[in-house]
Amino acid sequence: MSAYTISLLSIVGINVILAVSLNIISGFCGQISLGHGAFYGAGAYAAALVAIATRNLPLALIAGMLVGSVLGLIVGFASLRVRSDFLAVTTIGINFLFTGFVRKQGWLGAEMGISSIPASGLGASGNMIMIELFAAATIALSLYVNASWMGFAFRAVAEDEDAAATLAINGISYKLVAFALGTALAGLAGALYAYFTQFINVDAFDFITSVMLMAMVVIGGIGSTVGVAIAAIVLTLLPETFRFINEYRLLVFGGLLVLFISLAPGGLASLFHGTRTRLRR
Amino acid sequence: MFYVDLAISGIVFGCMYALMAVGLTLVYGMLRILHIAHAAVFALGAYVTVLVANASGSILIGFIAALIATPLCGVAIYRLLYQPLLHYRPDVPMIASIGLLVLMQDGFRILFGEQGVTFLKNPLAIETVDIAGITLNLAQIAVLIVTIIIFLALHLFTTQTRIGVAWRATVSNPRIAASFGVDAIRVRYLNFAIGSALAGVAGGLIALLNNFVDPTIGYVVSYKALAIIVLGGLGSVRGTLIASLFLGVIESYGTIFIGSYLNRDAIAFLALILILMARPQGFTGARTA
Repeated sequence: MSAYTISLLSIVGINVILAVSLNIISGFCGQISLGHGAFYGAGAYAAALVAIATRNLPLALIAGMLVGSVLGLIVGFASLRVRSDFLAVTTIGINFLFTGFVRKQGWLGAEMGISSIPASGLGASGNMIMIELFAAATIALSLYVNASWMGFAFRAVAEDEDAAATLAINGISYKLVAFALGTALAGLAGALYAYFTQFINVDAFDFITSVMLMAMVVIGGIGSTVGVAIAAIVLTLLPETFRFINEYRLLVFGGLLVLFISLAPGGLASLFHGTRTRLRR
Repeated sequence: MFYVDLAISGIVFGCMYALMAVGLTLVYGMLRILHIAHAAVFALGAYVTVLVANASGSILIGFIAALIATPLCGVAIYRLLYQPLLHYRPDVPMIASIGLLVLMQDGFRILFGEQGVTFLKNPLAIETVDIAGITLNLAQIAVLIVTIIIFLALHLFTTQTRIGVAWRATVSNPRIAASFGVDAIRVRYLNFAIGSALAGVAGGLIALLNNFVDPTIGYVVSYKALAIIVLGGLGSVRGTLIASLFLGVIESYGTIFIGSYLNRDAIAFLALILILMARPQGFTGARTA
């Protein structure tokens, strides 16, 4: 495999983890988050700092997950206070707060970012295999959660929180679990990204990144793990395939997003099963 | 006088935010859609004003052209993008709207260049006047006067005319308004036309103030306008006005006092998050939507 293919596959794996984890929060539990980039970034920065200090791969990955999920829990508590569109805008705020904060912090490299992150020691292809294994594990976890009692509770909270309460489903704790789980995986993706590039800059975790991830979830079909994973793969490879139109990359991306949603508002998943009814409000 | 100057520049920015955000909050009140592409309409207004003013030699003609172009664009967005998506979850039209914003902004970049455009001659941004020791430039005064006139006109329109009352009724409760015989479709077109025209004027004014329009102009205001309408309590015009002025002034002082820890956008969103935690329904919202 060429170095180019390996790096492409690594990015695909990271994006699959991110999109599937966002789907747990926004798809399963119905809490629209447009700040997933912030948790991804927090995980990357935490892992980078730990990696530089200890040169210990598992420790850095755990640090990324931990910081991601702690930040996620804080936002989870915010989600108890505000609902639906208010929450969507609050999470946009979290993303801007994160990037605005990091840009001014000297110890986080400010605008320059953190370079000289030590290698994972697995080599480029070993690194890629590790990322793909984590991506596969994330998909498996997501499928397992969806089939479990917790998945049922998530869906109940997403559909109607008050009705869920009458079934003795505590919306508060399930929302917090969804946020903690989804953002821990985002933090893990950030840690993997830090090891993959060995150089991180806050621009990689900005609001546009969060929008891209949400686009993967919506295009894949909100709530469908497989659809979202496919959308993540396709949307990551698409700009690479159309490299000759690199200058017009965003134009094409925006156009495709508008066109796709107009033609298939239920996402990829709805093209295969009858999930359209779930999407209607 | 430094603090007074800061307050005034904050209020001028606040006026701009208000013109931009009113259209957004009205769309939300009526359709429950976060109309993020509104920022692209705002950018269109800015570009049209500058380009037509340069071509015709008159800034006034530039503004008139923006007032024609932006309502057409806004109505087209409703008809072609949102109307077919009204029956889906609100995040579906929202993502479509983000897609449109990205598409239009990149379109502007490709059409009008990476460097942006400037007025060939813009006397308003250069000439200044002193009022009681406070220095204002003519563009800032123009922003204040235009904003006051527009909001007075909007107030008269929505309280004194039949269609205006119907509009207000539809924003506050579409179903009951419809049962009183209000033609919801006509009101929606009116809503997008007027909201987009206001965003177009705001775009022209910010071009006048900065003497400069570049392809990122829409992105910056789009998220801030979202923060404002949420702060104002989604769907409330009065709340949006208060929130706009508030955020303008907070940003103005914030960049001076905590600018070394957070940038301007982060300050705005920090204020938003803190206020939402204390008042989850925004400044005026009785409705939690």
